[in-house]
Amino acid sequence: MTEVNVSTRQATPREADAPRDSLLVRYGADKPLKLDAGVELSPFQIAYKTYGTLNTARSNAVLVCHALTGDQHVASEHPLTGKAGWWETMVGPGKPIDTERYFVICPNVIGACMGTTGPSSTNPATGKPWGLDFPVVTVRDMVRAQAMLLDHLGVDTLFAVAGGSMGGMQVLEWAASYPQRVFAALPIACATKHSAQNIAFHEVGRQAVMADPEWRGGRYLLEGTNPRRGLAVARMGAHITYLSDAALHRKFGRKFQDRDNPTFSFDADFEVESYLRHQGISFVERFDANSYLYLTRAMDYFDLAADSGGVLANSFKGTPTRFCVISFTSDWLFPTSDSRAIVHALNAASARVSFAEIVTDKGHDAFLLDEPELFAIVRGFLDGAGRARGLGK
Amino acid sequence: MLTRSDPHLTVANIARNSGGARVDLVLVADMVEPGGKVLDVGCGDGELLRLLAETRGVDGRGIELSREGVNECVAKGLAVIQGDADTDLADYPDDAFDYVILSQTLQATRHPRVVLEHMLRIGRRAIVSFPNFGHWRVRLQLLFAGHMPQTDILPYSWYDTPNIHHCTIKDFRQLCTAIGVEMERAVALNAWGSPLRLNAPWWFWNLFGEQAVFLLSRKS
Repeated sequence: MTEVNVSTRQATPREADAPRDSLLVRYGADKPLKLDAGVELSPFQIAYKTYGTLNTARSNAVLVCHALTGDQHVASEHPLTGKAGWWETMVGPGKPIDTERYFVICPNVIGACMGTTGPSSTNPATGKPWGLDFPVVTVRDMVRAQAMLLDHLGVDTLFAVAGGSMGGMQVLEWAASYPQRVFAALPIACATKHSAQNIAFHEVGRQAVMADPEWRGGRYLLEGTNPRRGLAVARMGAHITYLSDAALHRKFGRKFQDRDNPTFSFDADFEVESYLRHQGISFVERFDANSYLYLTRAMDYFDLAADSGGVLANSFKGTPTRFCVISFTSDWLFPTSDSRAIVHALNAASARVSFAEIVTDKGHDAFLLDEPELFAIVRGFLDGAGRARGLGK
Repeated sequence: MLTRSDPHLTVANIARNSGGARVDLVLVADMVEPGGKVLDVGCGDGELLRLLAETRGVDGRGIELSREGVNECVAKGLAVIQGDADTDLADYPDDAFDYVILSQTLQATRHPRVVLEHMLRIGRRAIVSFPNFGHWRVRLQLLFAGHMPQTDILPYSWYDTPNIHHCTIKDFRQLCTAIGVEMERAVALNAWGSPLRLNAPWWFWNLFGEQAVFLLSRKS
């Protein structure tokens, strides 16, 4: 991991319109997406992937919701990076979310850049990329679009909805907005509202993007520029929040990168600097800067209780859904206290809820990593729910 | 298996029946009518919840203090959360459960009276089992050996025990009277796990019962 060159391989805007290795559903003028911002998005499209087979009773569908910078490629090779799916440890044949038992659906969210309509998609009214003309979207808008996708797929009730971080927010929104359509919910490393600290981190990231002269007021796709540096800095800052002090110390400490002594310059002397630079640079190859602004905004706006008169328990009143809430000890972005608030609200609503905190030093990112206890808990929870749902085993 | 090295367990070496289930848990399960909604406070590794689900077909939930216990329960498919009887019962609404069970945990809570009151607020009935500190072996150790009692089910030293509020069967009955709770049923078990004679007087239970199980309800 030395100096990493900016790759020439880069997401073309067309990936946003015609995603590779994905399924696509287009909604015409007759089926607009009603947004919380008070406008209708139409026409629009959803890119998604499915794994496994829907059973004849249509009762084994599992919706996997991706996080801020994730996409639909949850359990198969990413068409841009060539890397494994972002949750292949969790989703696949014989994995805790077992594609031999469940029909897994993973859509790209509204506002993203991998094929579902977002700011880098072509605005049909102008024939040009939306840019900042794209309406601001919310987590509830994402979920509303996903519900339309399920209608299209003929899935009335989901066996389970699972996701971490922003994906977990979608899980909670699903359970609150469509309780009758969700049999089991797995919100992992998330919260019912974004904290002031998290909004603050997001704002720093957005300002980094907008401070890049190549951002051009959001019109970079039209002007043939790309705010790579700004987006890379945003990613570097955010990436620190996904880790933990202990994990950084364990992985890097104060080790030098390919040298024995400091260079007395601003090169990436330390391994941790080199690592962060790599994270930033590889991120801009696959992600759209404006999408980063829109999706961080959606997370900032998320406040489930606000939609229920400020009382969180009312969001889940009488819910038939069974929940499994999971947090990680070293996650300081969505600390265990956030998950506990979810659990308290669910208890107050007499919901059937399990809650486990997993000991790890890997921080927020732990939900994406090899955590055997996480896998055992998800598997056990889904097996138990599967028995109650009549899915056998 | 309960061992002393498990820091989150409050008692140890409780007699088991031929099927391998703990005798006190079978007794507790027998007090639960089938098909109800049950909260097991301090559910450990989920043995009682599993027993209740299998034999009584209940909708069971659990609270457990130890992280290991919780994660083990959730991995078994049980609805269990990490929490503390002393602090987390307050979050539950009134009448949320048919039964709230506190098995071998009362003596480890900080505020046993408050816990008991919450149990009968959230549940229509409560089932409480606890080791009897009035058992003759406990009394003899304090009387003749002059040290804090250590027995098979209470194996801890005074300085490392989680059990901070020991009580006798008599004490517990007095608490029930004080907070106006109906004692519907009670069973005392001797050291071999056999129930004492039902018509035996309370002083006999208090002396020869190693542990007791009470089925409680609100006074109507």
